[in-house]
Amino acid sequence: MNKYANQERRRRAIYGYLLLTPAAVLLSLFAFYPSVATLWSSMFSRGTRRHPTEFVGAGNYNDLFSDPTFWLVVKNNLFYAGITIPLSMFIALSMALWANSKISAKGFVRTAYFTPTVLPMIAAANLWLFFYTPGLGVLDQIGALFGLPSVNWLGQPETALWAIIIVTVWKESGFFMIFYLAALQTIPTDLKEAADLEGASRWTYTRRIVLPLLMPTTLFIAVNAMINSVKLIDHLFILTKGGPSDSTKLILYYIWEMAFAFFDAPHAAAMTIMVLLVLGIIAAVQFFYMDKRTHYQ
Amino acid sequence: MSAQPFVVLDGIAKRWKGALGVQDICLTIEEGSFVALLGPSGCGKSTTLRLLAGLETPDEGRIMIDGADVTHRPASARNLSMVFQSYALFPHLSVAENVMFGMKVRRVPKAERLRSLHRAMEITGLLGFEDRKPNELSGGQRQRVALARAIVAGQRLCLMDEPLSNLDAKLRHAVRKDIKKLQQDLGITVVYVTHDQTEAMSMADKVVLMRDGEIQQIGTPEQLYSQPENTFAAEFVGAPPMALIDGAALPGFSDGHTIGVRAENIVLAETGQGDLQCRVTDCEFLGAETFIGLQHPQARGLTLKVAGLKNIPAGQVIDIVLARETLLSFDKEGRKIPQG
Repeated sequence: MNKYANQERRRRAIYGYLLLTPAAVLLSLFAFYPSVATLWSSMFSRGTRRHPTEFVGAGNYNDLFSDPTFWLVVKNNLFYAGITIPLSMFIALSMALWANSKISAKGFVRTAYFTPTVLPMIAAANLWLFFYTPGLGVLDQIGALFGLPSVNWLGQPETALWAIIIVTVWKESGFFMIFYLAALQTIPTDLKEAADLEGASRWTYTRRIVLPLLMPTTLFIAVNAMINSVKLIDHLFILTKGGPSDSTKLILYYIWEMAFAFFDAPHAAAMTIMVLLVLGIIAAVQFFYMDKRTHYQ
Repeated sequence: MSAQPFVVLDGIAKRWKGALGVQDICLTIEEGSFVALLGPSGCGKSTTLRLLAGLETPDEGRIMIDGADVTHRPASARNLSMVFQSYALFPHLSVAENVMFGMKVRRVPKAERLRSLHRAMEITGLLGFEDRKPNELSGGQRQRVALARAIVAGQRLCLMDEPLSNLDAKLRHAVRKDIKKLQQDLGITVVYVTHDQTEAMSMADKVVLMRDGEIQQIGTPEQLYSQPENTFAAEFVGAPPMALIDGAALPGFSDGHTIGVRAENIVLAETGQGDLQCRVTDCEFLGAETFIGLQHPQARGLTLKVAGLKNIPAGQVIDIVLARETLLSFDKEGRKIPQG
């Protein structure tokens, strides 16, 4: 008996490992190995004809810490994340609550909200370029109707980052709304009825019942928004290319510039490692800390 | 009974996009009574309850509760509590928070809230479970939390929408008694929706039988059982239901009529001396008695009740006698023909 039980257990273990193998191979090849390789190359100097590549340890990191542009980029990115994440989540939630209620043309509203997400970022950026263009752009044309002066939204450091933020929020909200909408539809309608009978106002119901039940979704969206705030840079290529005077330069754009415009792979690698580290820590905190305070059904 | 009924439904109708929900619902409910809305699924009993609760608005008719016209009042202004079929407990809140939710909304002081909670927990036997989440409770316990929530609301009218349908048979029987006792102890009026005729018959003072959005019969359980208004009531109420026999099959009854007879009024007869000759289809042993299913080409639902265990092989032909004075006649449309 025991022998067969052991055999069965081993057979199951092999079966389990076989199921895990494809994902493990793909992840190692395209995620783990590149990360380790990046870490490795971030510790070597950039090879030139005169100075061959050599091990510099934390040298590349030290260079970055003393680079004012790096700190500006970090500051830009924090500001960008600090505005886009809460704003797009708030708008997404509001839209979802509205699109989930009894309104006419519900299907149209949902589709309309989701459209920005379907558009490729490059196309969306071109669209917004048309909105922002001084003189010709829609914003300026509307402004002109009220006698406002022409504003070069993307061309001045004071407004450029805000213009980028608005494009991102416009793009992200619809996407997040879909998640909220899906979560809202899993809340049974009789909870609303039970709350109604108890005399709970709409606001009380939303605050005490709906929002807590949406917590898992909120957590998921928060992590996604966080990653996106570092990941999403397509629109920078179209709209500003990081300018004017680096006011809209975000970390990933800077990494790209470092690697493919200045051909300084080691510094780009060092920055990548730092981004990975920070994102990893944030995700861990969110999942381990917030998880405890979240109700899963 | 007081002259003014506690709850009045007057000519209520509700339609959805032309499709019929319920119509011509006229019903009065006395204070302190236990009323069951009974019927097959889709008959409009839940709709009626939701209309009464204020979760739906009627297209026609008036609803009065305690002398006030509440037809257009929201659910919260009708002074009633409700137990939902799915219990509708808030999954992220503990038992105590679930029960006290309404009091918190109504800004009841904390000391009083805790007192009411304790009392409700005591009544429902949930003491010690206050901090559990609904998903850590069994079906029966969840059901009692829903009851506790209705108790602390302290309303004189409590609506229950199939509260026992998610429980297993044994628990259902126990909770049935608890609910009935609770209703009597608290002296509240209960309107109870169910598709299970046993539940309705055993708990209610008054049963409202519905089909296809209309009331078929209103009466005490006894009236529904022995004096069904039509063949639908005859076949829906009672276990086993009333057997219906084509009038032509029985001597002394006219052709188009249908004759109804209860199982207890059917007796086994000597071969060749009965009213009807039937074929045995099955024997259902229930302990104290055995139900013997019978088949006859001009009858349906024929069942013979025999004390103790009796096993007659299927296919055997037996004769039965019907107790004449208990037979009920129904006309072509299925309506009862008044006797005498």
